[in-house]
Amino acid sequence: MTQHDPVRRRFLLGGAALGAGALLAACTSNDSGDDNNAQTTGNNNASPNANTAPGKKVTIGFSAPAADHGWIAAITSNAKAQAAEYSDVTFNAVEAGADAAAQRAALSTLISQKPDVIVLLPYDGKELNAFGLEAMKAGIPVVNLDRAFPDALAYRLQIKGDNYGMGVAAGNYIAAQMKAKGVSAPIIGEIAGIDNLELTQERSKGFKDALTAAGLTIANRRAAGFTVDTGQAEMSQLLQALPKMDALWNHDDDQGIGVLAAATQANRKEFLMVGGAGSKAAMEAIVADNSVLKATVTYSPSMASSAISLARLIGQGKGMSDLVELQVPKEIILSSETITKENASTYLPLGFS
Amino acid sequence: MTGLPAQTAPAVKETLSGGGPGPEAQGPSGNGWWNSDAGESTRRNLGLIGVLVGLIIIGIITRPDLYGRDGWVIDNIWSILKLGSTVGVVAVGMTFVIIGGGIDLSVGAIIALAGVWCTTVATQDFGTVGMIFTALVVGLGVGLVNGFLISYGRLVPFIATLAMLVAARGLAAQMSNKQTQQSRNTTINAIAADSFLGVPILVYILAAVVIIGWILLNRTTFGRRTVAIGGNVEAARLAGINVRLHTMMLYALAGLCCGIGAIMLTSIGTSAQAAMATNYELDAIAAVIIGGTLLSGGRGTIVGSLLGVIIFATITNLFALNGLSTEAQNMVKGGIIVAAVLIQQFRFKSVTQFFKRNKVTVSS
Repeated sequence: MTQHDPVRRRFLLGGAALGAGALLAACTSNDSGDDNNAQTTGNNNASPNANTAPGKKVTIGFSAPAADHGWIAAITSNAKAQAAEYSDVTFNAVEAGADAAAQRAALSTLISQKPDVIVLLPYDGKELNAFGLEAMKAGIPVVNLDRAFPDALAYRLQIKGDNYGMGVAAGNYIAAQMKAKGVSAPIIGEIAGIDNLELTQERSKGFKDALTAAGLTIANRRAAGFTVDTGQAEMSQLLQALPKMDALWNHDDDQGIGVLAAATQANRKEFLMVGGAGSKAAMEAIVADNSVLKATVTYSPSMASSAISLARLIGQGKGMSDLVELQVPKEIILSSETITKENASTYLPLGFS
Repeated sequence: MTGLPAQTAPAVKETLSGGGPGPEAQGPSGNGWWNSDAGESTRRNLGLIGVLVGLIIIGIITRPDLYGRDGWVIDNIWSILKLGSTVGVVAVGMTFVIIGGGIDLSVGAIIALAGVWCTTVATQDFGTVGMIFTALVVGLGVGLVNGFLISYGRLVPFIATLAMLVAARGLAAQMSNKQTQQSRNTTINAIAADSFLGVPILVYILAAVVIIGWILLNRTTFGRRTVAIGGNVEAARLAGINVRLHTMMLYALAGLCCGIGAIMLTSIGTSAQAAMATNYELDAIAAVIIGGTLLSGGRGTIVGSLLGVIIFATITNLFALNGLSTEAQNMVKGGIIVAAVLIQQFRFKSVTQFFKRNKVTVSS
């Protein structure tokens, strides 16, 4: 090998590296100007009631798992935004870490800070149940968000979505649509989320029960991982297994991006697709009506905003204005609503991105 | 003139994949090329093809209705190849790294970082060329950092790439603000959707990377040096190979393959997110191992890795066709990895010879 001028070669390499580095640094900006996506009660502008008037100052401690997908990220941003709407709330979020053990460690620091109320979305309800008991015993009311503590003594308020109801809503919608179209033995597919989570099992059970009640069965079910690429991979294989399909329920709209991509890539549009969770992108696709996605069933991260509102009421010793009782209820299960083209416009402000 | 001294040359030549008739060698069970070390990789690859044929036969037996459909078989073949295309590209880079005696646990994270970086609002404004350039340069750059830490920083590959695994995903999450970034670029999105002359473009990309990887490993001094370093680092160093620089380049190559994979996966999902390509490192390593590459380095083939990837993709396909659960699928995949490594240890010797050999090594 002939000897090239090493100094010149290093100079060129260095220059190329610097240029590439500068270009890459310019490519990190993600500012699209579309910043305010939080779903809040909008108390400052909407119809005020007696509860929204500023009262006793409340410090709310908040913890949710570290977000690796849109729904969880929306939980944290919604909570933050809702707390900002109240002048009498101090919002104190702790970094959740990567798993239940890390969350437990972060939460022990929270108890020592003695907030008025703790709002908590645990990595796993069973694993953090002991923390709930500890905080309640220390006199700090706990609002348990979404993933349920099994022990009623571990929380003051449990607010969650209806996973089983989601499945039922999807099943009922598909059964009704198949009947309306006059399809006699519809071939129905299901793309679930992470299978070893209890919520996925509940959703699938709801779906199956609703379909069985209508006399229908699920032809094939694949479990993806709540991410776009796993949704695409599982859907591509499901399409191979079912050369003709009449309906599909996909549990989560985030992985739904991949599911729709797989359908487009395989050039399949003969089926009707129902989504889950209610993301803004999914709702926009339903309104546009240019894909197989025709409906979605909600499991909205707006529950975090509601949790903050209710935590404030608990901290101030108030109740909910529409109820006769003077205290906030013990358990609230938000219903899963079916969004179709007809009602999508009302739900669009509630869609998360 | 940097050439390998004569005594190391035969050892290197024996490990060429599907190499031509070598010198008459005393193989594990007799004389001749077929039984020699040179024929070993061909035997192994044929074994893998046998496994693949077996899986296809199981598919035909369990779902004859699908196999009878018009045009379904070709569709299914493309589906399997597309399913394995991204992992396949990553596995080519991983083969080089493992043959060279190292390991790279960060490949999934590099794909995520490259994918997220190339789909930011700023990069998408630079168009198709900008996005592709960004993904490739990010992959290459992160690979170089890995290589630098391992060669010059003297970090153990497992630790260095494990740290990169965590750091790169963290950076990706930060950059994307934990959102899914949609690709607005129709050219990029078309890569996964379109075919050319009936063959999906993803399959072309996989084929190109595999062919270039094969040429690089088997027909260039770069490849021979990789095998030499993996076989015996000290001998390679004494032979005049710049081991540190070469090792760094191996990780850079793996990173570049991840960059290509990032473009493919972004196109497949028409988006990128920090959680993409989860567990790709395990899938790639598993495919490379069952393909016959030694985890300790010094031996391996590109063809074997490709066959490993295709076998795993076929298993996924088979399970989907029969509506079987993912749990069962994962257990079968684990079983196959164990079986493949055990069979490699046997090296087609008789069972008694195997036990005799083990007895000898224990007592000595």
